[in-house]
Amino acid sequence: MWKWLHPYANPEVSYHFAGKIIPWLSALAALFLSIGLIWALAFAPADYQQGDSFRIFYIHVPAASLSMGIYFGMAIAAFTSLVWQFKLSDASAAAMAPVGATFTAIALFTGAAWGKPMWGTWWIWDARLTSELILLFLYLGVMALHSAFEDKNLAGKAAGILTLVGVINLPIIKYSVEWWNTLHQGSTVSKLGKPSMSVDMLWPFLFSFLGFIFLVSVIICIRFRSEILARNSIRPWVRTLVSQHTTQEKTNAV
Amino acid sequence: MQFDSFSAFIDMGGYGFYVWLSYGVAAALLITLLFSSISGHQKTIKNIAQRKLREDKLRQVRKQKQEKQLKSNISEEVTE
Repeated sequence: MWKWLHPYANPEVSYHFAGKIIPWLSALAALFLSIGLIWALAFAPADYQQGDSFRIFYIHVPAASLSMGIYFGMAIAAFTSLVWQFKLSDASAAAMAPVGATFTAIALFTGAAWGKPMWGTWWIWDARLTSELILLFLYLGVMALHSAFEDKNLAGKAAGILTLVGVINLPIIKYSVEWWNTLHQGSTVSKLGKPSMSVDMLWPFLFSFLGFIFLVSVIICIRFRSEILARNSIRPWVRTLVSQHTTQEKTNAV
Repeated sequence: MQFDSFSAFIDMGGYGFYVWLSYGVAAALLITLLFSSISGHQKTIKNIAQRKLREDKLRQVRKQKQEKQLKSNISEEVTE
């Protein structure tokens, strides 16, 4: 049933597949992000309590849930790499780490800029904020381990172990607003059952969320391709690809 | 449209600074990440090309040396 997946275990096939879907994903990202964010900024209603500061929600929540989602994806990749020694999953984990770190930073920053007018402070050591900050440090640690070893297999192993240990942080972030008394409000969208959000706020949210998902996929594909090349640099197919690229650049320059 | 005028849109009901700061920083970070990923890909390709060039040169030098040695061996045999 899953046999159709097997050819993608080949780095060359995966490299070209990722290259082929990048333009489509970029177009979808541009479309959904522009619709979603213009809708969020200009057409969505203001919150009855928080006024127009609520518009930060449309980037804060997608960034925060993607920061956790990307970490989860990275953990799955690390697990497959450690258990089945599947080399491409190391490359994908290394591609995901900087993207996840950026989204964690965005979630933290937009949260601070939202907290200042609403809570009166940029930062507070509350459970949700602190656990999200730890997520950022986990990402930075994984990135550092990936680049700390010349031998990429060893680097993938070390980074993978750190990734798997860090998974414990995900439920802590998710349930921190329920387990502890915090300033951070509970979840609005992903409540079991019906989201407690009005429809004219939910739609722009869904559009921008989808747009961010496509943007994440684009960037991960780009980085995944570089990781594949760097890890297979002595293979003949990479050599021919690289020499083709350099001759093309020369003709462009002339 | 939720706003009556462009200045009201910029003002965001008094929260303009925080809203535009959030959107601006998020956009800046994402654009930086996107472009550094693209330039990183080009750099990877360039690095591999450079390494290949160096290895090819080394191989050529080694070959020339071998040929020279062979030739000198032959000439020595001839003089003997």
